[in-house]
Amino acid sequence: MNPFQFTRVTTPKAAISAVTKEKGTYFLAGGTNLIDLMKREVVIPERLVDINKLPLATIEKTVTGLRIGATAKNSAVADNELVKKYFPLLSQALNAGASAQLRNMATVGGNMMQRTRCAYFYDNSMPCNKRSPVQTGGAAGSTERFRADKGQANGPTGCGAIGGFNRMHAIFGASEKCIAVHPSDMCIALVALDATVNVSGPKGDRKIPFGEFHRLPGDKPQQDNTLQPGELIMSVDLPTNRFSDNSHYLKVRDRASYAFALVSVGVALDMKGNTIRDVRLAMGGVAHKPWRLTKAEDFLRGKPATEANFKQAAALAMQGAKGYGENDFKLTLAPNSIIDALKTATKTA
Amino acid sequence: MTKDTKNPPIDRVDGRLKVTGGANYFADFEIPNTAYCVIVGSKIAKGTIASLDTKKAQNAPGVLGVFTHQNMPPIPGWDAPVGGEADGPAPKPKTEETYRILSSSKILFDGQPIAIVVADTYERATYAASLVKATYSKQTARTDLQKHVAEGIAPKGADGGNYLRGKPDAYQAAPVTLEANYTIPIEVHNPMELHGILAHWTGPNTLMIYAKTQGVNATQQAMAEAFKIAPKNIHVHAEFMGGGFGMGLRTWPQETAVVAIARKIGRPLKLVVNRSQMFTLVGHRPYTVQTINMGADQDGKLIGIAHAATAETASYEDFTEATVNMTKFMYACPNVSTRYRIVRLDRSVPIWMRGPGEATGAFALESAMDEMAHKLKLDPIEFRLRNYTETDPEHNRPYSSKNLKEAYQRGAEAIGWSKRKNEPGSTREGDWLIGYGMSTGTFNAFRWEASARVLLKADGSLTVQSAVTDIGPGTGTALTMIAHNVLNVPLNRIKVEYGDTSLPKAPTQGGSAIVSAVGSAVFDACTSIKQALIELATKNGGPLVGRQADELTLADGILSILTEPKKKVAVSDLMQANNLAVIDRTKESKGGPQLQNYSMYSFSVHFVQVRVNPLTGVVRVTKAVSVADSGRIVSPKTAASQMIGGVAGGIGMALTEEAVIDHRFGRFVNNNLADYHVAVHADVPAIETIMIDKPDPIINPMGAKGMGEIALIGFAGAVANAVFNATGQRIRDLPITPDKVMQKLT
Ligand SMILES: Cc1cc2nc3c(=O)[nH]c(=O)nc-3n(C[C@H](O)[C@H](O)[C@H](O)COP(=O)(O)OP(=O)(O)OC[C@H]3O[C@@H](n4cnc5c(N)ncnc54)[C@H](O)[C@@H]3O)c2cc1C
Repeated sequence: MNPFQFTRVTTPKAAISAVTKEKGTYFLAGGTNLIDLMKREVVIPERLVDINKLPLATIEKTVTGLRIGATAKNSAVADNELVKKYFPLLSQALNAGASAQLRNMATVGGNMMQRTRCAYFYDNSMPCNKRSPVQTGGAAGSTERFRADKGQANGPTGCGAIGGFNRMHAIFGASEKCIAVHPSDMCIALVALDATVNVSGPKGDRKIPFGEFHRLPGDKPQQDNTLQPGELIMSVDLPTNRFSDNSHYLKVRDRASYAFALVSVGVALDMKGNTIRDVRLAMGGVAHKPWRLTKAEDFLRGKPATEANFKQAAALAMQGAKGYGENDFKLTLAPNSIIDALKTATKTA
Repeated sequence: MTKDTKNPPIDRVDGRLKVTGGANYFADFEIPNTAYCVIVGSKIAKGTIASLDTKKAQNAPGVLGVFTHQNMPPIPGWDAPVGGEADGPAPKPKTEETYRILSSSKILFDGQPIAIVVADTYERATYAASLVKATYSKQTARTDLQKHVAEGIAPKGADGGNYLRGKPDAYQAAPVTLEANYTIPIEVHNPMELHGILAHWTGPNTLMIYAKTQGVNATQQAMAEAFKIAPKNIHVHAEFMGGGFGMGLRTWPQETAVVAIARKIGRPLKLVVNRSQMFTLVGHRPYTVQTINMGADQDGKLIGIAHAATAETASYEDFTEATVNMTKFMYACPNVSTRYRIVRLDRSVPIWMRGPGEATGAFALESAMDEMAHKLKLDPIEFRLRNYTETDPEHNRPYSSKNLKEAYQRGAEAIGWSKRKNEPGSTREGDWLIGYGMSTGTFNAFRWEASARVLLKADGSLTVQSAVTDIGPGTGTALTMIAHNVLNVPLNRIKVEYGDTSLPKAPTQGGSAIVSAVGSAVFDACTSIKQALIELATKNGGPLVGRQADELTLADGILSILTEPKKKVAVSDLMQANNLAVIDRTKESKGGPQLQNYSMYSFSVHFVQVRVNPLTGVVRVTKAVSVADSGRIVSPKTAASQMIGGVAGGIGMALTEEAVIDHRFGRFVNNNLADYHVAVHADVPAIETIMIDKPDPIINPMGAKGMGEIALIGFAGAVANAVFNATGQRIRDLPITPDKVMQKLT
């Protein structure tokens, strides 16, 4: 790891001004992703601004639902009584992520901001456009990460995963520049539950609908999301819903715990008898962003919960999917998982 | 003098030390003025270093030196086998390449050390290491065994990799035949504790080493040869090891390099590698492809088996293991042929990993047995029983002991085998498919040469000493029990000292051989002490004069007449009366020639129940029962723990473990513990262990056979067989991940 400066702030304002003032400055939350990236020299910050002392760790009821602070720990959110009662999908998704130790450190903001787990991104001897974007000038998170003393470019460009080890990779919305996936479980629940992200930055405060927070790679794979330089995630708002009786987070993975999703499915339904009054569906492990399945939702709304309907919904959800070789199995695993998750959530045998 | 009663379960003698942090592992040792080093590894798998810029690293804060092939201090014994095998410098067959660490610009494998950076702290060494810049002229690396199977060469050795009993192709004409290919990926030991060494030259020609080794005597010998100094001037300490699983079975080149650099800089030097270096610098279970041809008659009698295995090795060293051995003697089959080949690839050299080749081979053989049983519509246990053999068909001699039938029976009862339906895919619980599978494992029961010293003090305390390391199986506990059984000294008065070359010589901890080898030496030394006590008591003028040895009994420090308990003498009084502060015996022990008349093996049977999700292909092991037939169990608790650990490893081997290489680069893409999946708690159900616990009358005075390897051998086959029983689909390529199962089911 490389030497860096470390400061601790106690107000959001100070945090924002610290990262705006000097290049190469990063917020440090739980550190479970950023420190790993520093060890691997994927990111080489000059300065870290510790935001764990900001008053942003609260989870509270609001008029419209629930507000979760950005520095609330993943385990605290998962175990919160309000979350468990009213947003069980979120609690399940969080508990499906990482390990108990990591969840005790990881924060809501850090979880949203975590980088992909693509092996080529992590190994700077291998090609990666996300880590080493072709320079088109001033793109966020580019050369400023590389310091004079290292005297190196940040590894070769190109997408190593295309034609390589892409078993974990995207089947939706990928580009020829990047086929990486966003690895978060929590974010699948948040996108399904129509969350809103509250951010504060040098230009003031704004709200970002969760579905617009992360982005597809296009030809700027270095940009994971739409957060602007200097912006700090303050909290996430969840609107009240009627999904708490019929929620399920299914995570299909290579081992029973502590593995990233091959495919995951978040389902939340509002049932009247056997009829689906309303439904939210999202998938993880399939795209560069949490993947909401609106077509499938539209199809299911108002229909009875039957395996036949689930199958049709899954088929609709899969429109436009494309495999890259080793991940072709996801073209079958994803619809199967949608069906399985819907069956579990609706308690359809 | 085989003990005919079962041993009580006693707690692990070093358990408290381990859970309180009192146990010191090699990296825990602190020597004043220690420097730290970090290895810079090659980023290509084959080629040469075109340029190497170390200036920035050299000028970084705290740096004491940067060592590369341009300035590596010479290692005097470099022409001798540096990093020879643990059991001594076995002459290596000539390969086209030789690998001598930091000796040339040639790159033979990914991660090959190209520089060792030394600094006053670990952090500074790490930073400076990141400043070393290399460019390469790259050549195409051959790293994919699947593409090079045809290039297999016969290993050097007596049988040239071939074995034949009867006719090689008898299976072809059998009424029922099977041909199947099986693949084992690269697996990496990945113990929790990282590899490394702390080297301290205490004088110009005297050396103190704290190592992560499974054998201190082997490390001592390897270093003596490398540095051309007498072994007695090299002191090696490795009392505890945070898991070895085979990666500590030899002295690795980087250990030798650290010792050389420590001498050069004149300071103690510590190396602890990082996790990704565990994938390239300390061996692995080799990628292996196997084909089994099997023929049987309609009654389920085996007619012929042909088992061929091809495994990867390095370009610079031939590594071989006993992958096909089990097939030679496991079943009563008149025609058996085996063929074993290795392919030299641009990869770092493999090494034995728990269960070693036998675990790889057992997966193929025991899967094939299950496939054949299915073809014959026979219960898999019944099929095995129809081909059961009471004598070893490979060597035509009896087994020293074999209670495998009982093991099948007890395991079947414990798992509820009667609930298994022979027709696959016919048991469901909700949406999940349920299946049962079983398999057999076996491994040599060795009796190696070893020595031990035992000291009985007049205060009644006993000290047992041997150089053997305890890599976790509970060696200290087992030796305590063995000493207790002979001398009846209370357990809490027995102390075991081990893992240090100042103690009597012992073999490397491996091959499930230590209880048998070192245990026998402890037994002999204790027996000799007992005899001495009896002589003192019964000699002229002694308190029990004239009595015969078999009239006496020794317990809790009292020697008494069996039938007249009032006639007794305290051991302490006896020793005092004879002016003895201590009775001190060192014994060297090895098996007699009569052992040659027997085949000595331990056996295991594994049973599992799995649940398979037909939509997602997820497999969960929901029950596991492992039965060990390994003679008298010396220490039931640590033995059970051994089995549990083996099963956890077996679940990993079956379902999750695979080190993946991107062959375009010849480099690993999952060389960390997040992406290389060892089984975690959630993968491992409660495990029932059953010990047959019947003494082997031949192998050693305790009647104990080893059990570390059999705990794993065969387990992966049991899981694959259970998956078949659940789904009707056969997965022949490990690990059995959800995608493989799901694709077969949809
Ligand atoms: C071995 C391993 C396994 C894992 N498995 C899973 C898994 O199965 N599922 C899963 O979902 N996740 C998994 N994770 C990822 C884990 O969830 C993330 O590492 C964690 O959520 C990151 O949170 P943090 O607070 O530690 O972030 P940090 O590492 O502190 O920060 C990450 C990034 O977010 C930025 N950041 C942090 N807070 C803010 C904020 N408030 N505003 C703006 N930017 C901010 C930082 O500057 C940094 O760039 C795993 C991680 C590891 C190491």
